[in-house]
Amino acid sequence: MDGSGAEGELTAQETALYDRQIRVWGVDAQKRLSKSHVLVCGMNGTTIEFCKNIVLAGVGSLSLMDDHMVTEDDLNANFLIPPDESIYGGRSRAEVCCESLKDFNPMVRVSVENGDPSLIDGEFLDKFDIIVISGASLKIKLFINENCRKRSKRIAFYTIDCKDSCGEIFVDLQKHSYVQKKPGGETEQQELTYPSLQEAISVPWKNLPRKTAKLYFAMRVLENYELSEGRSPGKTTLSDIPAVLARRKDMCDKMSLNESQIPTALMEQLLAAGKKEHPPVCAILGGILGQEVIKSISCKGDPIKNFFYFDAADGKGVIEDIPPPPPPSAN
Amino acid sequence: MASAASSEEAVKAAKVLMVGAGGIGCELLKTLALSGFSDIHIIDLDTIEVSNLNRQFLFRQSHVGQSKAKVARDAVLKFRPNINITPYHANVKDSQFNVDFFKQFSVVLNGLDNLDARRHVNRLCLAAEVPLVESGTTGFLGQVTVHVKGKTECYECQPKPVPKSYPVCTITSTPSKFVHCIVWAKDLLFAKLFGDKNQDNDLNVHSKDDSSSKTDVFERNVDEGLEQYAQRVYDHVFGYNIETALSNEETWKNRRKPNPIYIRDALPEDAVQQNGRSWDHKNEEQEPSAMVFLGLRNPQEIWSLADNSRVFLEALKLFFEKREKEIGNLIFDKDDQLAVEFVAAAANIRASSFGIPVHSLFEAKGVAGNIVHAVATTNAIIAGLIVIEAIKVLKGDYQNYRMTYCLEHPARKMLLMPVEPFEPNKSCYVCSETPLVLEVNTKTSKLREVIEKVIKNKLGMNLPLVMVGATLVFEDGDGLEPDEAANYALNLEKVLAELPAPVVNGTKLTVEDFQQELKCSINIKHRDEFDEEKEPDGMVLVGWSGPVDQQVTSNGDKRSVPSSSSADDGDGTAEDISAKPGMKRKLNEILEAKENFDALKKSDVGSSSAQVVDDDDDDLVMFDEDPKQGKKKRLQ
Repeated sequence: MDGSGAEGELTAQETALYDRQIRVWGVDAQKRLSKSHVLVCGMNGTTIEFCKNIVLAGVGSLSLMDDHMVTEDDLNANFLIPPDESIYGGRSRAEVCCESLKDFNPMVRVSVENGDPSLIDGEFLDKFDIIVISGASLKIKLFINENCRKRSKRIAFYTIDCKDSCGEIFVDLQKHSYVQKKPGGETEQQELTYPSLQEAISVPWKNLPRKTAKLYFAMRVLENYELSEGRSPGKTTLSDIPAVLARRKDMCDKMSLNESQIPTALMEQLLAAGKKEHPPVCAILGGILGQEVIKSISCKGDPIKNFFYFDAADGKGVIEDIPPPPPPSAN
Repeated sequence: MASAASSEEAVKAAKVLMVGAGGIGCELLKTLALSGFSDIHIIDLDTIEVSNLNRQFLFRQSHVGQSKAKVARDAVLKFRPNINITPYHANVKDSQFNVDFFKQFSVVLNGLDNLDARRHVNRLCLAAEVPLVESGTTGFLGQVTVHVKGKTECYECQPKPVPKSYPVCTITSTPSKFVHCIVWAKDLLFAKLFGDKNQDNDLNVHSKDDSSSKTDVFERNVDEGLEQYAQRVYDHVFGYNIETALSNEETWKNRRKPNPIYIRDALPEDAVQQNGRSWDHKNEEQEPSAMVFLGLRNPQEIWSLADNSRVFLEALKLFFEKREKEIGNLIFDKDDQLAVEFVAAAANIRASSFGIPVHSLFEAKGVAGNIVHAVATTNAIIAGLIVIEAIKVLKGDYQNYRMTYCLEHPARKMLLMPVEPFEPNKSCYVCSETPLVLEVNTKTSKLREVIEKVIKNKLGMNLPLVMVGATLVFEDGDGLEPDEAANYALNLEKVLAELPAPVVNGTKLTVEDFQQELKCSINIKHRDEFDEEKEPDGMVLVGWSGPVDQQVTSNGDKRSVPSSSSADDGDGTAEDISAKPGMKRKLNEILEAKENFDALKKSDVGSSSAQVVDDDDDDLVMFDEDPKQGKKKRLQ
């Protein structure tokens, strides 16, 4: 966004189509939305939910990056791919999803970006205001997050992943100022500073409150294991459980956390999930992320800082504010 | 999770009924289909409108005007071609959807937009003993609740406020809020000018020497020019009527006096001259619009008094020029552009007169149409939560049933907050058999009023039958003999004390709706006087919305017992348990969340100002539990 927020009126067509949501977030937010550009890397159950939501909301453009050919596995939680090999056969996930999404709102440009997320360079990123990554390795997430942070324009960075009945969203808005609505109705300007992904996964666990979501720790163990074993996400299975539990012990020992904070059953559940996504959980995560992106574009409403967890087992949708590690002591 | 069947098997075997294919419905049907549900029936009365397309993602521009249920089915079959979806383009209150119909389903999922239909479905689910998952959203807020007979409270265990109505004199003489001006413009002025001429209408302020108005001032005279007529109506309602009202000094003792507005004041230069106007014929096929004609492009803009006056005159004229055939039959519709323009302009002129802040067309439309704020994301989240609850219901996993709030601001770090469901309210007139008390003046109130205001409006009965002792005094519905029907029609117009079986202090009425299989008793208590402001119905139903203390206390006690079988993944440390819903901590969470809702309600002109009829098409608001009531109940 170039800050040219409020110029130009909405057309009569836009006003009619967006009537109900303008009543929620206002005309100004709607105009900002229509000027924003979103890149999604990795098409799966959570990201298609997200894409649906922001295409309906009326973002300016949406670019999809996912060169993987569609296979039957992709149909599970995906309502954008018709289960007909003559339609999806030999085509990339991004292409097939793009075709379906275009229909949702003729006022939004939806397109495919070919290429590999691990090669995304700085200048390419400047085309976007929002980057969403899903199903990528930690290495790729960190790489893109660092690149976003090097650009002179602010690029909001999100990751979203669903593991069967559990899900995680990470948010890095760098520096974000926004209008906060107080309970009494008056508004106040607020500013938040976010840690990078690297920082947010490096904080010593003993520094975190005891009530921190168990999923935060469990996801870090899994991620750490996948990274060191060179596994792509979702490829770790229940047969890896002994090695994963050993990793849990190492990490807990190193960071003085009681292992019971990361229940074995939870680790097993995440491994058993593999790449499986539970559609209702995708809808919930994609809905939350959609709202977050709208908040960040419109600079209105308290954004999540900086992790969100959902677990269908207890039904809670929890925000965790994970700080950066403390600066090294000066001795 | 003792009770057993795997989720997949339970889902595959389930036959589910969805009521509503709107904002929540589209999301729900998609998520059900993806989750493996393969026998889904869906009822929706509505057809698709343009303003649905921003969130009801199964619909496209080309579907506008078609049945929601049918189009939703076709859209979902594209990505799940091998499942069965049975659509009904019909009203859930139709007699075909009786208790036997409901009995065939494993669970009923509501994505409705109005209280009336929700209550109706609740009753059928209770009668058919089918579990109900209920939902609602408004803006970023939403909630999902589970209602299983005998296990949890029913949808009506906590009283629901019925749409607000305003005392007649506030609307006709002493408006103090913009919504009062809207109600006046819509229900009185618009109805008078363009609606059914035979309807009662309180538009004219009655003055003592009213004998002059033998002829209806709102009728256009035979040889009267349109411009002249429009200006005459303007001067009458904004000028003359206000002057008349001012002459009643008692009214204005403690109130700010309104200013009469005449057209010559509002439009000094061009009031008289406007003859040579002609239509741009290029626009001929477009919907007539006073705004477009006057070059006012922006519906978000606040118009001056002069602009509002021009829109008023122009809209009135356009109705006569372009839509004369409809005059006499028009009912205000928020999707009728010209009607919205007329009502917005009239409300603003009246607001100016009474020193009330004026609003843009966009805002006025929201108030006039009771438009619910709606976004796709909340609906998607709520639909996901409905499916999660539905799966628990199918597995009989009742210890893990939750009602879940979707919040705008986190409460105790939570954006999605699960709470243990409440037990049935033993004094609920719907799911238990507690008699109600009706305070009414039996010497002046007619049976018709009791049926309309109480039995239909408050108790939500559709086709009621009324008995006094063993005597049937009224029955609704088809299949009546002509002489019976005539007899009941006569009874309707009788005051209670003069019915064939007189209704007086101490009489017990039995009212029943066969379709809903609901029967309740009403004990009559005679009272002479009612406060016109506070009790505009002229009768008060007690035990219906009143607090329900004793039983609730015991419920509350039970609820505070921690549930040890909550779905946690294992090692229950003390920390785990106390963080679970169901513990004392829950109380604060609920209170915080409720405050969020309160705050929203206050800031929200549209939905808190609900009027006599809820004519919106949307995914409505369910935060209709009285928050104070909620607090009180849970605090005990």
